[in-house]
Amino acid sequence: MKTVLRLLLWAAMVLAGIYFLLPLISTAEFSLSIRRDEYSLDAYHSVFSDPEFFATFGYSAAIATCTIIFGVVLVVPMAYFVRLRLPWLKPVVELIVMLPLVVPPIVLVFGYLRLFSSSSVLPLTSTEMGSNALLVCGYMTLSLPYFYRAVDTGLQAIDARTLTDAATILGASPITVIRLVILPNILVSVLSGAFLTFAVVISEFVMASLLTRPAFGTYIQKVGVAQAYEPAALVILSFAITWGAMGMIQLVARFSPQRREQ
Amino acid sequence: MPRISRPDWPALIGTVPFFVFAAVMIVMPTVALLANAFVDRQGGVTLANFADLATSEIANAFLTSIEISAATAVLGAFLGLGLALIISRGIANSKARTIIMTFCGVASNFSGVPLAFAFIATFGRLGLVTVVLRQVFGINLYASGFELASFSGLVLTYLFFQVPIALTIMMPAVERLPRECREAAEMLGATAWQYWRHIGLPVLWPTLLGTLALLFANAFGAIATAYALTGYAVNIVPILLYAQIRGDVLHNEQLGAALALCMVLVVALAITAYLALRARAERWMR
Repeated sequence: MKTVLRLLLWAAMVLAGIYFLLPLISTAEFSLSIRRDEYSLDAYHSVFSDPEFFATFGYSAAIATCTIIFGVVLVVPMAYFVRLRLPWLKPVVELIVMLPLVVPPIVLVFGYLRLFSSSSVLPLTSTEMGSNALLVCGYMTLSLPYFYRAVDTGLQAIDARTLTDAATILGASPITVIRLVILPNILVSVLSGAFLTFAVVISEFVMASLLTRPAFGTYIQKVGVAQAYEPAALVILSFAITWGAMGMIQLVARFSPQRREQ
Repeated sequence: MPRISRPDWPALIGTVPFFVFAAVMIVMPTVALLANAFVDRQGGVTLANFADLATSEIANAFLTSIEISAATAVLGAFLGLGLALIISRGIANSKARTIIMTFCGVASNFSGVPLAFAFIATFGRLGLVTVVLRQVFGINLYASGFELASFSGLVLTYLFFQVPIALTIMMPAVERLPRECREAAEMLGATAWQYWRHIGLPVLWPTLLGTLALLFANAFGAIATAYALTGYAVNIVPILLYAQIRGDVLHNEQLGAALALCMVLVVALAITAYLALRARAERWMR
């Protein structure tokens, strides 16, 4: 009876493994089979020789970087002040950071299009820069639940109060405290939030598409409609990027202060 | 704690940018849709937009969306729980665990257009699995009624990110399940079924509920995967809304706003149900 159960459990594990690996194997195989009777990297060559690939990827990477910087500026001081000096605001903040889970991205961007259209008070959608700013704000909202959680967990792990008191006695202003004392101490948490944001943003499709931005996600979709083998290569690349971002989270976690004490 | 007589102004000012952002970029767009949904084309206040939602196309879209979200949430949560249990019992090697958990992180964020293409390369008409099944085993997947651009195809694809999300959330809860409980129950003569019925599941219940709510909300709002996989072949709400925003297919902007608002409402209901059930579960645990 025990061995049968063990076998069943292993079978379940193997099945799950097959389910999760098959799409990757199939896509990789497909991306290599552009020639009729041999495997080749032609699809990748074709992708890398397309200037639009670099343009859209660069654009999405830049937007992701802006989102991360914006996120740090917006969330770190807020989380710090709320945790240390305004604990009564905590329930309000917890509610706000949950809102993006309730309002789907497509609804949010629909709201942006209505609110910031060319006929409104703040016609952001009618200029390039305005649309880019809206996209950053949209991505910021998208990553807010995870980003806030990461920063708050980081703050919880360090003795923020003692650090603040020590720095204040030495004459540091609150901004200096956050910039030079708190931020370096929670850097690992901030970075893991940042890499997660990067992974989510880099191939995002809906917001970029509806704001008509030249992003990587819309590029993949466009290539997918027009070509056969190149999209498979793009999928493998985008999987590698996601894996890279997640790997970086694991890597920076090794340097976290909690780990070092163990 | 001493009564706060004076607000902590410097700290409050430090939080202002965040609250301004939340107000302008999250709350106001939603409120704008709310306002839009209640006016007609001439600008008068009306409830007609919501009555118009009851057309068969839109009602069906909501039904299909809710069915897909519920199916992938329930399947995802229980498969995730099962895998979490197997991994926590069966895999002691911490390296292997790190790889699995990292893969979960990757898979739960690997949604959207790339995921759809990967599944087309696997289960599509020219996909590896379809071709191998036909050429090696003589099984014609598509002749037997399978279709990737369908309800079951969407469920199959969504599980690729739903299960890892569930696994990531359930894993810490499963790890916290005290081993002593199991041993104590066994010593008192409880069968595995009795242990799970009376101890295991009740302890995991709040986490399981939370996972269900999150997976439901996640699937309900997801569009990129479905759009790249099926185009407009499967009638679900986010795709309908996407088509409306891109090309005004409903020929009525206010109706689009009402549609968007109902999406928020469905997700909010799911989250509320979760909170209520969790509160009940916690009361019952005490």
